[in-house]
Amino acid sequence: MTDAGDELSRRGRVDPGLAEEFPGLRINSARVGRGSGRSTRGLKQRLRLLSDRMAGAQAIAIRNRPIPWAYRVFFRHIGLDPDEQPTPIEEAVRERLLRGGFRSNNLLDDALTVAIVESGVAVRAFDADRITGDLAIRPSLAGEELEGRPGLLPEGTLVIADDARSLALLFGAIGSGRGVTPSTQAIELVALGVPGVPEISVEEALWLAVDSMN
Amino acid sequence: MSALFELKPNPADDQLRITPEIDHVESTPNETRVARVELRRQIARMERELGELFADTFPRRGIDWSVGAAGGPRVLGLGELERIRDDLAERVADAKVEIAERADHEQGSRELVERMIADPAEHRWVRVRSEDVGEPGCRHWHSRPRWGFIGLLCNWWRVKLSSGCPLATGSRENAARSPSTTLDLGLQVT
Repeated sequence: MTDAGDELSRRGRVDPGLAEEFPGLRINSARVGRGSGRSTRGLKQRLRLLSDRMAGAQAIAIRNRPIPWAYRVFFRHIGLDPDEQPTPIEEAVRERLLRGGFRSNNLLDDALTVAIVESGVAVRAFDADRITGDLAIRPSLAGEELEGRPGLLPEGTLVIADDARSLALLFGAIGSGRGVTPSTQAIELVALGVPGVPEISVEEALWLAVDSMN
Repeated sequence: MSALFELKPNPADDQLRITPEIDHVESTPNETRVARVELRRQIARMERELGELFADTFPRRGIDWSVGAAGGPRVLGLGELERIRDDLAERVADAKVEIAERADHEQGSRELVERMIADPAEHRWVRVRSEDVGEPGCRHWHSRPRWGFIGLLCNWWRVKLSSGCPLATGSRENAARSPSTTLDLGLQVT
């Protein structure tokens, strides 16, 4: 169920060179016409159920499941170490083990946790009103910078960008002021699919996140 | 085309060796791209293998699973992909050797426990930890005199199985201070 102000999933652009190197790399997004806020009772209950399903044995074996494994492999392919910088699903599972469960923080974080844990797909959020045009995955240009990050980005750094600028490092930090804050009025939920992740899973992840926020 | 080192499994010792396949020659962009695709395929295969080893060996600790980053996120070149592939292969090989050694050690420890239980007096003060037999927790088997000093005088020995810490991982302070465990039989013989 979606509310007014919500949009169906949109497919963003992937730089042609990147698309050729990594077939299956994709970025889908959906707009939610509200900010974050306090989590709901239903969402908290859902987190508790997820916690019960994600015990130690499942957590250890998660890296070998198809979708989490695909993210680990992609991290290796782009020069990231998935053990130093965990993939989103492994980061969520790690938090579950350390904290004894999926703890409720706020509506957005809880929705993202549900989407990531249920689907295994990487989902993140931006302030929708601070996005210009369409989203894309592309290499950074010479002289480009990421807001809030000192210095320039090394040319060729993979970023999530809109028509005007880089918004975040791919699977990394979000630029200052581009993420969701208490003053955010609309949220852009972004799902990142990598080679080996079915498109339907990416769509499902977005739907889970949108549905959880409504 | 830059040398494409294909890792070949050695049935004799079950370790991977690096064998140069192709001499250095000029490569076209398409050949370079094909080489990158092949290297990524190899990286994916070894990541799978490393993950399966990790899952199989858990909760044993002290095995190095790290490979290291390459300054991403970005598109890596042939040389960088080769380095990651080689590092993964080395990590897989090292892990297999470590696991095999631990398996032998754990089997020996289990047999020692059986011998201790069968004849505690022959294994006076010997202690075997649960970690030595590949089990989680902090239990240990300890050959001790029955009834303390009386048992010591009368040569009455028994194997006492400690159930371990009252907390799952011990006190929070001790867990933070304790070093990572090493392969140690933990025998105490007097």
